[in-house]
Order: sequence, then C-alpha cells, then structure tokens
Amino acid sequence: MTATEALSAAYHPAEHHAFESGGRQFLYLIPSGAIFGLEGLSQEIYNLLQSCPLSGEELTMELLCRGYSEAQIEATLDDMVDFDVLSSGTPKKTFPTVPEKSFPIQRIVLNTTNQCNLACGYCYEYSEDKIASTKDKPKFMSDSIAKAAIDTLVKESAGRNSLHVTFFGGETLLNYPLMRDSVDYAKNVAKAAGKTVDFSLTTNATLLTEEIADFLAEHRIGVTVSIDGDKELHDRMRVFHNGKGSYDVIAPKIKMLLARHRTNAIGARVTLSEGVRQVRRIYDHLTQELGFDGVGFAPVTASPDRLYQIGGQSMDKVLLEFEELAWEYRDYAIKGGRHYFTNVADTLKELHLGISKAYTCGAGLGLLGVGTTGEFAACHRFVDSPVAQMGNVTTGIDREARHEFLEKHHIGARTDCHSCWVRGLCAGGCYHESYIKHGLSAASNLTSCDRIRGWIDLCLRIYGEIGVKNPRFLERFDDN
Amino acid sequence: MNSLHAFNRKARKLEEARVAEAGDVEALQKNKKHGRVYYPLGCTLSFNPGWEVDVSGGTAGLCAPVERDLFDCYLGCAWPAQVPDHVSNNPDWTTKCNSAANDWRNVDVIYP
Repeated sequence: MTATEALSAAYHPAEHHAFESGGRQFLYLIPSGAIFGLEGLSQEIYNLLQSCPLSGEELTMELLCRGYSEAQIEATLDDMVDFDVLSSGTPKKTFPTVPEKSFPIQRIVLNTTNQCNLACGYCYEYSEDKIASTKDKPKFMSDSIAKAAIDTLVKESAGRNSLHVTFFGGETLLNYPLMRDSVDYAKNVAKAAGKTVDFSLTTNATLLTEEIADFLAEHRIGVTVSIDGDKELHDRMRVFHNGKGSYDVIAPKIKMLLARHRTNAIGARVTLSEGVRQVRRIYDHLTQELGFDGVGFAPVTASPDRLYQIGGQSMDKVLLEFEELAWEYRDYAIKGGRHYFTNVADTLKELHLGISKAYTCGAGLGLLGVGTTGEFAACHRFVDSPVAQMGNVTTGIDREARHEFLEKHHIGARTDCHSCWVRGLCAGGCYHESYIKHGLSAASNLTSCDRIRGWIDLCLRIYGEIGVKNPRFLERFDDN
Repeated sequence: MNSLHAFNRKARKLEEARVAEAGDVEALQKNKKHGRVYYPLGCTLSFNPGWEVDVSGGTAGLCAPVERDLFDCYLGCAWPAQVPDHVSNNPDWTTKCNSAANDWRNVDVIYP
C-alpha cells in the first residue's frame, strides 16, 4: 500500500471485545488473544472510529486539531494497524489450519477399569446418558494393554519431550496394581527415549490407603478427587450401589491424602447438578474443612430432560455465586494472597498467555483415551463408545479417522462460532457434551454461549484489575 | 509504542515479534546480549559529539584519532567514503601501514 493509499483507506476497529477495568480501557483482540490497554491518543482514535470508519487523512485532520503532532498520529496509527487493533478494507476472518496427520500425541488417558464402586446418579459412563458399551469387554485393563499404550505414546510423541499419563476409570483405584506398574514402566521407556513423563489420577477417594498415598507422593502424581461438597450435598448424588452416601468413607481418606502427599497438586472437582449447586458453601467446606488447595466446578453433563440437569434459572444463580467467588479471587490476588477457585485461575492463565484455540481441548489432537480393550478414542469420555474411535494399541493410531475427527471439530468447521468473540477460548465447547445434548459431537454448545461470554468478560475485567493493581501476581501464569 | 500498551503476554510477544522483524531504533544503550554499554562502530552510526570511551573502556578506539576514522571508512563502512578504492584501483594503498596506530602517517594521499 502506498502512502497515499494508506491515507485514503478507511480505518475501523478490528474484531475485538472492549472492557474496562481498574479505571482503564482495554481491548481483547480476536483472533490473536492479545490484550492492549488504551489511553491518550490511541483511546481517542478508537473512540473516533466507534461511530463510523474514517480515512487516515480524516483522522489526522481531526487529531491535529486536538493538539497531537503528525508524527505522533502516524506512529500510533502504525502501532494500531500492526497489532490488528485497527484494520482497513473489508474485515476478513482467518482461522488456523487443520494439523497434519502426523501431529504428535503428548498425553494418554488410561481407563484402567470400566467398573466403579459408586453409582453416582449423574455419571456419564453408567447412568441414563451413557454412550459407552462395556458389554463383552474386559472389566480391567491388562498390563500388556497399558504397556502397549505407553509405547504408542512414546513412539507417537515425535519431538515432544514432556509426556503425560492420566489414570482414569470407572474408579481408577479398583485397578491400583496396574497404575503402580504402569508408572514404573512409563518412566523407564520415556527415559530410554530421552523424554520425561508425569502422571495424574482421577479418583472418588473411596479406596485410598496410606500405601497408595505414599506411592502418589513418591511419584509426584497429581490427584483430582471427585467430591461434591459437605456430607448433605455430596451424598445426594455420589452414592454406593446400595444407595448409601460416600462422604463418610472419603472424608477421612482425603484428609489423610492431603497430609501425606505434598509433592503435587491435589484438587477437588465438583460436579454441580440441580440439587447440588451451592457454590459458596461447597467451596468453603472443601477448602476450610477438608483442606483442598484447588477447587474446580463444572455443571453436570446431561441431556436437557434429566431431572438433575441444572435448569436455566438455577444456572443463573450458580453463575452469580461463581461471580462472587471470582471477585473474591481478585481481592486475594491484589493483596498477593492465594485463593483456591481454580475456574478463575485457569481462565486467567489462558487470558494471560493469549491462548487462541482451534480446538476446544486436546481430545484427538495431543491426547487420546485408551479403553480396557486397548481401543483409542478422542478422549476418556468416548472410550468404549461408537463415536470418535481412532485405532488401537495393536494396529496403532488410525490416522485417517483421527484426521477426519480433527477436520470436523476444527473451529473453522464450527461455523456457529465464527461471529463469537470468545471463540479463541471456547472453540465450541466439549465434544462429549455436544454429543449428549445434541447427538452430534461437532455441534457447538449453543445453549451455553451467553454464560460463557459472561464468564470470560468477568475474567477479563478481573485480569485487567489485577494487572493494573498487582501485575507481579500474573507472573505465576508465565510458564507453560 | 506510546499510548497503546501491551498488557498480556501475547500482546508483549506481538510487540517483540514486530521489533525482531523490523528492528528497533538503537541509541547508545545497554547491549542486552553482553550486559554492557553498547557503542556503535563506524562513523555513520555515531552521533557527534563523539564517544568518550570505546567499547573496552579505553580511548584508543575513539573516532577522534584520525587512523580510526580513516580505517572505519576504508574497510568497514558502506557509505561512499572519501578514501581510495582498495578493491580494484589502489589495492596497495595501505601496504606501508602495518599498525594503524603507529604507521598511519605512511598512508599517503592518492591523486586521481
């Protein structure tokens, strides 16, 4: 573009979401995920372009009258165009490309068993919305399947040197011997390949023992405990097969685990359902009574007509409690304190790094789920189901099936999301949830859109305020 | 950047990428790589009045001594300098000058 053309081209703000925080104006840019603060001249330019596009000449004339020099105006316009705060000409949307078929995997989730000693009412594996069929399949993963899956992970990780294995179920600890042996095996093969491997475990905590806790501590295994709050709330859904609540069994075991295992994070994962949505009460109980230093909440995955599905009005109340807790996180952060609401911390980290996703999550991309038969699926939620299958440990990853999955679930293909400003963070939502709610894994979760946008906007304002008042706090999100 | 502030890490990365691509304006500033004061070499990069010390902290490499000025133009400078063309027409112009600091008087004038 020549200087004359540049001057006569009409500028307009590029795709963005504006927010105010800590007394300052910010722009969250799409698709880059960059956040820029505006003040002075850049603020004036942005304001001038709110009502209609203006050419460089028109902008310059106006701003000269306001006392800015030509050099200042030119430099600021250059900055704003270079960083895609402003653009000229027809707005165009760009999306990243679908990865190559050889895209490496970095993480596997081993479903060590498809059995569970609990019978939680909302379980996506066993209750009304289950999509997995475990009929005629082994109940427990064998040692040879686990080893073959780990071999595949190491072999298919290409240049990635940090690998990860998650142990999942059913109830994972029903097959504790497999986990114990797999940790040793994975460490050895990873070391032989010049790589490192770390581990995490999801458990309902009913089978924890001191021996297991010590093993988890020794191998620095991150633990996620599924727990829904205090006894009254937890026992509403998380019950044994005889209907008896599991809280009394797990509470002392969790305290034991927290006392003995201090080498990695131990977080609580709360599933909110219609009868269990008292966010503040649950948070206080899990952090103050039990001593968790991380609590994450997620609404139950269920088709809309399930009784335990959180209704629209109830969900609004949940979000109000989320918001209250999120502002509390901000207050702690500004004072340099520690708050344990991980939903906020996770979102702030993504905002800080400027994450811009082509996919909602790593499912089928860098991550694969492995069933007891050794079948690969996009993630642990699709294991043993007819959907999102991608080969097995014997024949290897089915690259064609995986590529087809990645093409269908790419943000470029989820056209419902193309006009949405949070698409770089949400990217359409959980494939499993879409499948349960809409019968199609690649459908966007449109029923959650307003709430997700509200949540991201809230977190942006919190991010901005922390960044203005205590920027050093955000340095903790720097590392990947 | 003046009134537009890179606020999150992605924005700062964009800023760094732009500087890496286009280059920044460098004055007499801290050389980030070596952690010492950076003095540009060569007359076209200098800003008069000249440097008080050279990169090693001494005065021998200053622009003021004539030999330094002369040889920077002669060997290292892309600017059309007022020195003989040593590539094709006057390859032997400095043969009597083994050490610029000592022998610079032997470098004679060339008459076209």
